[in-house]
Amino acid sequence: MNQTVSIVILKVVMVSDQETCDGSLSLSDFRIAANAFTEKWNKFNSAFPEWYWIDCSNRLGFAAHGVVDGYLSLQNVFIRRSLEEEHDEGSSNDDDELFDDATLVQSTSDDGDQYHFHVVYSPSYKVPVLYFHAHSTDGQPLNLDEIEKNLPTKSAKVLLESKWTFITQEEHPYLNRPWYMLHPCGTNEWMKLLLLAGDNSMATNGTEQYFISWFSVVGQVFGLKLPFEMLKSIG
Amino acid sequence: MKRGGKEAQQYVWDGAIPLQIHLHDSEVTTLPPPAPALILAPRIGYLPLLSPQLKPFFSGALPPGVDTVWFDYKGLPLKWHIPTGVLFDLLCAEPERPWNLTVHFRGYPGNVLIPCDGEDSVKWSYINSLKEAAYIIHGSSKNVMNMSQPDQVDLWRSVMNGKLETHTRISSKLKLGIVGDDFSAKLNPSPLKAQHSVDETEATAASKSSRIPVRLYLWSVDEDFDDLEEEPHFDSWDQISYINRPVEINGKGKYFTLLDAVKSILPEFYPNSLNTIKSEFKNEPGIEPEEERSTGQSNIIEETSVKSIETPSLSGQPVIKLLRIQGIEPKLEIPFSWVVKNLMNPDYFLHICLYIKAPKPLDT
Repeated sequence: MNQTVSIVILKVVMVSDQETCDGSLSLSDFRIAANAFTEKWNKFNSAFPEWYWIDCSNRLGFAAHGVVDGYLSLQNVFIRRSLEEEHDEGSSNDDDELFDDATLVQSTSDDGDQYHFHVVYSPSYKVPVLYFHAHSTDGQPLNLDEIEKNLPTKSAKVLLESKWTFITQEEHPYLNRPWYMLHPCGTNEWMKLLLLAGDNSMATNGTEQYFISWFSVVGQVFGLKLPFEMLKSIG
Repeated sequence: MKRGGKEAQQYVWDGAIPLQIHLHDSEVTTLPPPAPALILAPRIGYLPLLSPQLKPFFSGALPPGVDTVWFDYKGLPLKWHIPTGVLFDLLCAEPERPWNLTVHFRGYPGNVLIPCDGEDSVKWSYINSLKEAAYIIHGSSKNVMNMSQPDQVDLWRSVMNGKLETHTRISSKLKLGIVGDDFSAKLNPSPLKAQHSVDETEATAASKSSRIPVRLYLWSVDEDFDDLEEEPHFDSWDQISYINRPVEINGKGKYFTLLDAVKSILPEFYPNSLNTIKSEFKNEPGIEPEEERSTGQSNIIEETSVKSIETPSLSGQPVIKLLRIQGIEPKLEIPFSWVVKNLMNPDYFLHICLYIKAPKPLDT
């Protein structure tokens, strides 16, 4: 699983076109899934900072009825710069371990870098997009090189090989300032694969499953773990 | 005007804005200070691409240090990834010619602007934008990502040098054809299509996408301003909403106008137009009729707009104060597909600048 996922991020893998799922999510499903995800995360992962829905319905200067606009936010995650010797590359025992443990993610720390994560819907790509911003304890924003040092080795490798399609700095659609983001242009392709790999019981809680599967990949880039109870639902 | 020709597109590609660029006071180390630089900047271009011309011009006056070029207009740092023409249309409601900008070589405001390492950053920003457009149109960015290296280079050069023909030749390989609504297609049938039977034409149209890449820059006016000379002064980007939502041309046989497109992007302003857009533009609220526009009497317009009450949640209708694309203010009832085909930027996005007066919400 671990291997597959890395490869999927690395390259856009072609899959035969099946009508089961096109790897995208509609805007209304995004909101539903985001809410369900938040609820479960906050329930099963209570030691960790919580996800919040940031409402932007009135960002055009007034609150319009029937228009829900906003994004998910996870603030104040501390990630400690890992020591290089702790990694040993390529020794994935292809067990069912979903996550690379190299990076220590903590909810509170004095010596870690502070990360903020936002999940924003992209109407162009019809997928969720992970935006993030990082700064050190003294408040200085981190540059890409410094961020790389916080990432598990595998993510860092991918980053090096594909600088522009992987992590790029773009304007945060709601905050009007530069944030880093995991570029969404390949998301629907690897989501297609992920959802095909699982069983096809998409009918009941498909959108929720989509969101959890999606997060299991993008969260992994930062060593963010999903609680076991949530992983169960994606098989 | 030649029908179906590239005349309008050529105008867009040839469009340029006369700039008068001043070096920021804090970076002037010579007496007298350097004269401002006068440059004709292509509308479809990007500001950092001017730096090869500007650097030699100002380098003698600069303090020692590393150069990182950025621009501001009346103190507002300019986002370099927005095409120059769009910045001008958006920030200069009453066009100022030459447009007075300030250039900086030091003190890059990294908290407001995305870092820019010169041409390469601009190129990748363009390619990313193209990728996004391809995704919107096709549901996949593969054509752009798999472009050969020479094609990629040539395509980018065609943007830098304003060569429409080269751009058309290479971008045609990306197959980013945009399908209009049936109505417009019938108005302007291509010779190729005419040979097919009706059934076939419909089948092709149905299988193709009708999602249109649009970037909308919106200023929500809260007060009245009667003419654009009392234009707003933007000192922060927070005053402008950037809305990146594709337009879906929906409905068969309907005449889908520019106004329909605006409505579909802004359900906040046009709650009734969600999904069901009807194009009755006889008494269309929100349009400023041409005659009234030219007199500049916005009072009259608002009175007429307020009369038509359809929305349950908002009193009155939003009033479009200014809609500008590529320096022109097209009538809102013209077919959207024409607008897209002729006025889009080389990244296949239609960039729309919009000043809109929001309706007043009822008590909530």
